[in-house]
Formats: sequence, structure tokens, C-alpha cells
Amino acid sequence: MKFFFFHLMPYAYLDPDYDKDYVTDWLLYPNSNYDPKQGAELYNRYLDEIEYADELGFDGVCVNEHHQTAYGLMPTPGVLAGALSRRTKQVKIAVLGRALPLLNNPLTVAEEYAILDNITRGRLIAGFVRGIGVEYHASGVNPTESHDRFHEAHDLILRAWTQPGPFPFEGKYYHFDYVNVWPRPYQQPHPPVWIPSQGSSETIRWASAKERRYVYLQTFNPVTALFRYMDMYREEARKSGYEASPDQLGWSITTYVAKTDEQALKEAKPHIEFFVNKFLRMPMEMLLPPGYLSLSSMKGVAAAKASLGRRRTMEELIENGQFICGSPETVGRRLTEFQDRAGFNLVLPNLHFGTLPADLTCRNTELFAREVMPALRDRLPEGAREKARA
Amino acid sequence: MAGHNETRTTLHGCGIHVLRGGTGAPLVYLHGSGGGGLWLPWMEDLAKTFSVIAPEHPGFGRSDMPEWLDGVHDIALFYLDFLAAENLTGVHLMGGSLGGWIAAEIAMLDASRLKTLTLIGPAGIHVPGVKKPDLFLWSAEEMARRLFHDQAMGEEAAKRAVDPAGDDARMKNIYTVARLAWHPRFYDPLLMKWLKRVALPTLILWGREDAVLPVALARGFAERLPQSQIEIVPDCGHLPQLEKKDVFVERVTRFIAGSGR
Repeated sequence: MKFFFFHLMPYAYLDPDYDKDYVTDWLLYPNSNYDPKQGAELYNRYLDEIEYADELGFDGVCVNEHHQTAYGLMPTPGVLAGALSRRTKQVKIAVLGRALPLLNNPLTVAEEYAILDNITRGRLIAGFVRGIGVEYHASGVNPTESHDRFHEAHDLILRAWTQPGPFPFEGKYYHFDYVNVWPRPYQQPHPPVWIPSQGSSETIRWASAKERRYVYLQTFNPVTALFRYMDMYREEARKSGYEASPDQLGWSITTYVAKTDEQALKEAKPHIEFFVNKFLRMPMEMLLPPGYLSLSSMKGVAAAKASLGRRRTMEELIENGQFICGSPETVGRRLTEFQDRAGFNLVLPNLHFGTLPADLTCRNTELFAREVMPALRDRLPEGAREKARA
Repeated sequence: MAGHNETRTTLHGCGIHVLRGGTGAPLVYLHGSGGGGLWLPWMEDLAKTFSVIAPEHPGFGRSDMPEWLDGVHDIALFYLDFLAAENLTGVHLMGGSLGGWIAAEIAMLDASRLKTLTLIGPAGIHVPGVKKPDLFLWSAEEMARRLFHDQAMGEEAAKRAVDPAGDDARMKNIYTVARLAWHPRFYDPLLMKWLKRVALPTLILWGREDAVLPVALARGFAERLPQSQIEIVPDCGHLPQLEKKDVFVERVTRFIAGSGR
């Protein structure tokens, strides 16, 4: 397994009673509730936490993109990746955003990523996403154009990185007479591309295709969905004519480690429940605007996300595999089980979540790095291990 | 009962479902965001005087979802060819809500086959300072309730709106509404500039308590349409043709008669 420390940078001072007056902390929750003094402390603390992951020997760190919300304070993740690019020395830096369809000029991402890749001498991992549904409310971009704009913007960026400029790009949504991006990326032909998703079959098919073979990352979903989507990825790869490697599959999983199971459960409970019941609150109409998914996917995802509307407990999240919590042994065992079943080799633990304070985040990260990672470092999924021996 | 029949017409690769009833001068009705496809009591009333033609728009209900559907102009141009294919002239064009927007676009582009224009709580323009509610944040149930001023009617509609049997049609319809109206939200800057081209007698009919598109937008239409009159229906929400059927039928009939039918 390879380990990528993942931070969502929530506004941890979110009023726990905000939901008495507001249905969500996204889009409609007034930004007058953001206190810049407290926010400044959070940004610096969170960057320290990510930088510490570099010292502790994680393979990488991840930043994220969401807009107009207390859920996460990284609307322009490139700025945070820029801050990390000079302070970290070893880790890969994965920008698990850039919601391409929201952009009027995707070449700004080709430029931004290329700069990061140059400064870090090739430590950048380029994430491309469509953004979750609510971003289409926040940006005004038409969600029925989301898939088409994503594919076009992606093609434009990849060509800008790999094809000598200047050349024209003639798309439906993006049309440029001169594509000639300076700087060129440090990694050749281009930085690795990761595609995080909540599980859209269109996205999985596209990412797994032979000519792309992009890393697919499953974000916050029950493990039953994780298994289904990772099976789908391998199946699509097979249809496309090759066998997907475990290094093409990653899982983003909220994780908490303490000395004992009992201590871990006790310490994590208020913070994980705050995360899921306060930060993740959103009506279905916000999450799934019309056209964001195909009509067939829409029904499935709406059913899977039906629980968004009700209160969830830590125990329930542990049960369905959306949270791993316990002693280093317990956490290691769960990761092993899920790895064998799902076949991923990339793990993106969210070692900060919700309102978890700095001291517990620090200890969580240390315990994970020192007592969970070493035993799992060289471990491959069960099926792949057999293949490696053969 | 004059009754009606249902036909299918294919144009530009897109099959559309069309309701037809009555005889007389042609009256083409363009439905709103919630979709069409139902022969309603007010249509039956108007069919006593007119040949009522009520298509389901491309991308709605039983009509096809064409590849070429990117925006409201595509539908307006499609309908101009539909009017030509049907060889219709002297058309009384009527549209409600989103359908009112499409009707206004058609009239702006080419009014040569049209005799009058009736806009019922139409979308299509923006008036600075007039805030429209964000119906894309409403559930189907909430939408249904807000369509009516009479909350007994609203509750009835809300019950129908949660019937799973209607899920597929609702998802298809709201998809196309977003396709046309997400951004700019329910208006067209081109229409705002060139609506003044429409040299047709125009009735702008609005429910006074419209909670979907505020009645304050009526003035924005009237200012641009040189031959228009505003008719406000009291104690009425977004759908006067349903909520105040008799008033609606009377006003429309009187307006068309007064326009030299």
C-alpha cells in the first residue's frame, strides 16, 4: 500500500447549532459566519499538519476543492499546493480537485499544474474532477454540460502538455486559436492523473480506458459501493483490453488511530459525527442538480445518498466502512480486509476530520505513520500478491 | 365534449407528441417547466372556438431528446419549422412560464405566421432588482405546492408530485429545463434586447400571487412589447389556466376577439 495524507480543511468553528436556521453549511450559509482571525489560525495549523505528514514518511499529501462552504476551505487548491510545494521535501502533492467544467479557461489549470510540477521537480499529481453537484449552483455553470465540458477541458489540458505549441484547439465549449502553455510540465509526458469520484459509471468507464488508465479514487461512500465501483473499474479495463493494476485504484477513508480501540472510539466520536451530520448536510437538490448524472445513474446515486438527510452515528459509519477507527492492529486489519476485497493499492487516509483538534490530529497521524503504515507498506491485494509470486 | 386526438410528428430528427382538439383559428399552446401532454379542461373550453394544438417540447415527456438541444433558441427555431410544416398561418400563439419564454422567442425571430401572442406568467427576461426564487433548489413536492395560491390545490399537486410513477418523466423534464434555463437563469439577453421587434397584439397574463415568477416581471415585458396589455389575475398563482380557469378562458377569448380574429 501507498499512503497519501488527505486533509479537507473544514472551518472547524462552524456553529454546531447552525442547522437550526440553515438546511446546509454549503452555498446558502452566510460567509459572515467565517471569522478571518480564526480562519487564519486554521489555515496555518492545517498546513502544519500536512507538512508533518512529509516528515513522517507518507508517500504523498492531498488537497481538495470545494466552493462556498464551511465543509472545506480550499476553493483554489493550487494556492495550498503552492504553499506546500516548497515546505515539503519528499511527498507527492496530489491536488484532488480542479473541477474542470467550472472553468471558462482550463488552460489556467494546465499552467498552474505545470508550475507546481516544476517547483516540486516532479512531485505533482494532477487531479481532475467535475466537482460535486452543489458547485454548479455556486458557479452558475450548467450541470447538463458537465460531462461534455469535463472531457473537452481534459483533452485541452492534456494536449497543451504533450503537443508542441502553438496549436489551435477547436471544441464546443473551449475554442482557442493559440495553445502554447509555458511552463511545460516537469514530468514527461505529463504528471500522473488521478480521478476522484463518488462513483459515476460514466467517469469510471472513461478513467479506466486503455488510452488513459488514470488512477480512480473512491471518495466517501460505504464499502459496498467501494467494492462495486472498483470491480467496475477492473471490468471496464478488461473490456478495454488490459488488466488494471492495484496502483490504479485508491480509497479515501476517514481514519482514527489511538493506543486502544476503546480510546480511539471515545476520542473520535464527537468529531466524526460532527463531520457527517454538520459539515456534510445538504439537500438532494443541491447535491444532484439536473443533468449532473445521466438519468440512469441519477436514480442509483440518489438512493445511495438518501441517508444524507438523517443523522448518522459513528457506529453506523464504522459498520458500513466509511470510517476506520481503533488501535493500530484494528486499523491495520480493516485496511487489509478492504484491500483484499477491493483490490486497491493507494490509501488516502483522512486523518483530520470535522472538529478533530490539533493535538489529536497530530497523534493520529503519528500513530498511523509509525504503527500502521510500516507493516502494510509492501502489501499488495490478495489476488495481486499471487500474481506477483507466479 | 369536443374531444381531442394525439399525434406524433417528426422534424429535424426529433419526434414530438402533439395534442389536438377543436376547430377554428389555430391556437398553439406551449407548456411550461412541469411538462405538457395532458388535455386539460381549459383546452377543452378553448377548443370550442379554436383549433388547439399543444405539442410536448423536444426533450419533454413523450417527445424525443434531440442531440441538438443546447438552448432555448433551438426549440424556438424548431417550432418555427413546425409551424411551417403544419402550414399554419394566423396562429394565436400562447405559452405559459417556460413555454411563454419559448413563445416570445418565436415571435421575436419570425412573427409572420402569428396573429396574436399570449404570455402566461412567462420566463425569458430579467428585471434588475426583481428576485426570482431558485426553483432548482426546490423538491418536486415543494415546486408543486408553490405553483398555486390556493393551498388546497397546492396540496393536491404536491401529492401527485411524489408519485414514483412520475419519476422518469419528472427527471427528463427538469433535465431539459436546466438545459434551457440554468444560466442565465430563465432569461435570454438577446430576447431582452429584441423583444421590441414583436409587432403583435400581446396579452401578458399573470397571477397576482405567482410564487415562481413574480408578477413584477410583467412590466418588463410590457415595456418591451409595443402592442401589449397586462392582465393581472387576483388570488392566483403561477398557473391561471388551472387555478382560475373560467377567468382565464374569458380573458383570452376576449383578447383574441378584440385583436381582430
